[in-house]
Amino acid sequence: MEYFAIIISAIFVNNILLAQFLGICPFLGVSNKISTATGMSGAVCFVITLATLVTYLINQYLLVPFGLEFLQTIAFILVIASLVQIVEIVLKKISPSLYQALGIFLPLITTNCAVLGVAITVVTKEFTFGGTAHMLNLGQAMVYALATSVGYGIAMILFAGLREHLAGNEVPKPFRGLPIALITVSMMAMAFLGFSGMV
Amino acid sequence: MVLCLTLVCLVCAAVLGGMYALTYEPIRKANENILKASIGAVLPEGVEIGALESVSSDGGTFEYYPAVKDGEAVAYAVKSTAIGFGGPLSLMVGVLKDGTVFNTSVLSCTETPGLGAKCQESGSHFRTQFQGFGADKVLKVTKDGGDVDAITASTITSRAYALAVSNAVAVAKYLAGSAEAVDTASGASVPEEKKGEE
Amino acid sequence: MGKKMSLILDGFVKNNPTFVLVLGMCPTLATTTSAINGLEMGLATLFVLVLSNIAISLLAPIVPDKVHIPVYIVVIATFVTVLQLVMQAYTPGAYTTLGLFIPLIVVNCIVLGRAEAFANKNGVLDSALDGLGVGLGFTLSLTVIGIIREILGSGSVFGWKFIPGDGILAFVMAPGAFLVLGYLMVLFNKYLKK
Repeated sequence: MEYFAIIISAIFVNNILLAQFLGICPFLGVSNKISTATGMSGAVCFVITLATLVTYLINQYLLVPFGLEFLQTIAFILVIASLVQIVEIVLKKISPSLYQALGIFLPLITTNCAVLGVAITVVTKEFTFGGTAHMLNLGQAMVYALATSVGYGIAMILFAGLREHLAGNEVPKPFRGLPIALITVSMMAMAFLGFSGMV
Repeated sequence: MVLCLTLVCLVCAAVLGGMYALTYEPIRKANENILKASIGAVLPEGVEIGALESVSSDGGTFEYYPAVKDGEAVAYAVKSTAIGFGGPLSLMVGVLKDGTVFNTSVLSCTETPGLGAKCQESGSHFRTQFQGFGADKVLKVTKDGGDVDAITASTITSRAYALAVSNAVAVAKYLAGSAEAVDTASGASVPEEKKGEE
Repeated sequence: MGKKMSLILDGFVKNNPTFVLVLGMCPTLATTTSAINGLEMGLATLFVLVLSNIAISLLAPIVPDKVHIPVYIVVIATFVTVLQLVMQAYTPGAYTTLGLFIPLIVVNCIVLGRAEAFANKNGVLDSALDGLGVGLGFTLSLTVIGIIREILGSGSVFGWKFIPGDGILAFVMAPGAFLVLGYLMVLFNKYLKK
């Protein structure tokens, strides 16, 4: 039950892009085509889940026991940056086809604030399910990370679909490019507001 | 290359360690001041605030600070948390010995800005109605048959606020000896059939 | 002197981080629910931007090319942590309101972007001024967006309420953030961009 609440909340109610505003830069940058949006979503999904696992363990077993929570920011960003590098190298060796699909997005992910945002959120925020507030345990944190990145993918691919249609239309000149995209996202965010109160 | 990275990291570590040591005391003081201010705001003037104590019940563990006047506890500042719309809503509630609410203050709140977050505006009707809220009235929103006027369009936040205050009053009554046990409801601030409002 | 001045002024219009470079969108959208929040976020970023620009312009000549990105990230993360500690100590209120978006300054593309594009090939003073200019431009944009959202959403400016009633709530919530930024960009494109 609690997993269900976490999943619904992370995908729809508190959608990372449309309600929490994390990872907006790549969202606006690579959402011109559905194919690139899918590739980016896949890469983000992979890195967020992996990074959350590693940072959660580092926080739990390294930072907290030594009272070094104030180093969270710097420790997490270094872990994420090196993790992205390792993933890139490993992927290149093991699965060249997957590397072809995700490779070009990987360097962009280090500075995607969604990754650092989720990593910090799972170790600092109290979540509410079943009527009380909890800190997440490892299993819940992993489910949250996975669900959040699925939510990222859903919003990204939906938006890319809208944007492909937008490209064929006569848009007034000052609106062309990002402004009309932002106004479209606003409508999407409005639609996602409808999910609030569900969990 | 390695040397350079090591050097940079060493310098950064030194800077951070130094800053941590420098700000340790101010941060502790700042947190203490916030807590003191929130306790002071919910208790009558001229009382001495005792040390932190805690009491357990079915609804969870409650931390409280007794307010002492002439060697006798006259009121309690109880820390009470309920689940609002956006997450936990944490309050400091000052309750007099007879179960009357003296005042309330918000410790932390993650409610929607413009809606539930209005519970943080200390001068609003929603907040002032709790001052002197007597034991004869019911700490529930009017929709649920109580005497608390909810914030417009924020029933769930108002319900959580009322529940947190009500739990705090129950704790204070127990501490004052007028109740046998702590009669608190657990965090479920939303009755099942009413989910999905707001 | 004119050149130094233009370094700062460039940040407002020509290199405006929000409307021209379109960097740092996450804090821009998330923290501008009110004018004061936008201003605080802008100033926090300004602080990191100036200090990291100074440090990186000093370090650039001695850091080998291969490791310059990791070094920059460490430097920026250090200043962000310093900022976190200082804010916790002296402005705990703002630290709580801005929450997650303070540590996220590390991955704000503006900071790393200025380090890469300007600070690593310019002198200390120029880099500091560039950081100041871009930081002020960012602060200005955030404050303007905050003011507009606060007026429409809560009928007040910097907490001073001049329109009675509730305001249009959507502007305080997520959709309003995208909408206001979108329309401001339209106006910017129409009147200020050459």
